[in-house]
Amino acid sequence: MTQAQASHSAATMDIAAVEAEAQRKIRGRRNLVIGLRIAILVIVLGGWEVCARIGWIDPFFFSQPSLIVIQIYDWMVEGTSQGSLWTQVLVTLEETVLGFLIGSVAGVIAGIVLGRNKLLSDVFSLYIQIANSIPRVVLGSIFVIAFGLGMASKVALAVVMVFFVVFANAFQGVREADRYMIANAQILGASRRQVTMAVVIPSALSWILASLHVSFGFALVGAVVGEFLGS
Amino acid sequence: MNAINQHAFTPAGNAAQETPAIELRNVTCRFITADGKATVALRDFSMSVARGEFVAVVGPTGCGKSTTLSLITGLLKPTMGEVRVMGQPVNGIDPRIGFVFQNDAVFPWRSVRDNVAAGPMFRGQSKAQAHALADEWIRRVGLDKFGDHYPHQLSGGMRKRVALAQTFINSPEILLMDEPFSALDMQTRTLMQDELLRLWSAHSGSVVFVTHDLEEAIALADKVYVLTARPATLKSVYPIDLPRPRVMEEVRYEQRFIDISRRIWADLREEVHIA
Repeated sequence: MTQAQASHSAATMDIAAVEAEAQRKIRGRRNLVIGLRIAILVIVLGGWEVCARIGWIDPFFFSQPSLIVIQIYDWMVEGTSQGSLWTQVLVTLEETVLGFLIGSVAGVIAGIVLGRNKLLSDVFSLYIQIANSIPRVVLGSIFVIAFGLGMASKVALAVVMVFFVVFANAFQGVREADRYMIANAQILGASRRQVTMAVVIPSALSWILASLHVSFGFALVGAVVGEFLGS
Repeated sequence: MNAINQHAFTPAGNAAQETPAIELRNVTCRFITADGKATVALRDFSMSVARGEFVAVVGPTGCGKSTTLSLITGLLKPTMGEVRVMGQPVNGIDPRIGFVFQNDAVFPWRSVRDNVAAGPMFRGQSKAQAHALADEWIRRVGLDKFGDHYPHQLSGGMRKRVALAQTFINSPEILLMDEPFSALDMQTRTLMQDELLRLWSAHSGSVVFVTHDLEEAIALADKVYVLTARPATLKSVYPIDLPRPRVMEEVRYEQRFIDISRRIWADLREEVHIA
């Protein structure tokens, strides 16, 4: 009896000790990862700085961290040659957000409409693939000619960058909607419109959200490339 | 609701004299696949289900059992022959039909309550009405505490209960079930079979229950239709005269059950070997 109790409490102590040991190991590993990350940052930036200073790499082409920091600070305090840095950032962001909104709304609507109509999707899928294979950046110079040097051409480029990604995902999401779920809704009494609203769109939503995530980056690329081409 | 309850205790003999709830007359069903090939799923098949009758359809895998259900719902049209529901030719999805699927067909983005309320809301009831009715059905299938849970938070058996409540809330006069419990483990399946019989006896529509599990078919049904291997046609019909109410855990060990089971299996076995 006493022996059993003793071995029982010994076992609990053992477990406590094992857990403490395991937690110590987990903490140790987390610290190691953080430490290594910092070390790599220091080595890369420090190495870059040192190499530039002792002349192993040419600061004219490759710059050096300290010069970059000074330049950014200068822009922030003194403004760029085009005016305040914040105005520049704001304009680019405006183009990005506008392009993103227009492109994604159009993409979602087109994707759902086409995805829900078998004939339309069979007919158009070929042309969409062809259009999708055009490198979008090429359109930039056409947009500059068509829409001028103002904001419209940058927004237009951001829109085409976003549209196809969102469209393709919305379309796919609609097509992937579980057919048993659709049949279930139909038998429960849903009209075609109710099936679209209550089953197809919610099930396509995970696809659409995933594409929105990536496509904001594309919108930024579109806006920046648009600015390179003409501003 | 009253109209349905009147049928509740109609003896099967009387019900048979009315027009049958479901009638398939010499139905042949040919599929044209996407590449233009034709396959025959069902050949010269006839079946009649009386009001309030529980019919099970068994046959080898892939023989076309589920096709019979698609024909009754109107999701599929017969190539030849005629399908009648409540005496009328099938034309589109009949609102008196309920369907329980093999796979999970509950909507994962809706809570249990919204899932169960889906039918009444699709059919134009207000949200408050539908939710009140849904809560009643959630209680009847024993999920009182789970109204606000989402399907992924529930076990397979609980999701099946949601599917049953979702179907029964529309008070279907005809209930079609396509291997509804085949994905469940043995214990849960037995529980769900009892649950189904309980709901059905209180509600008393006609049921067509498609399954590959012969024991399940015998334990549940009034009549078992045995289909041949593909292209499926009717091989034989067995009336099951086991007394009701039946308790799933016990009925399968009764001598009468075992005798029936052996007889039907002898019949079905040949077809399974062909398939």
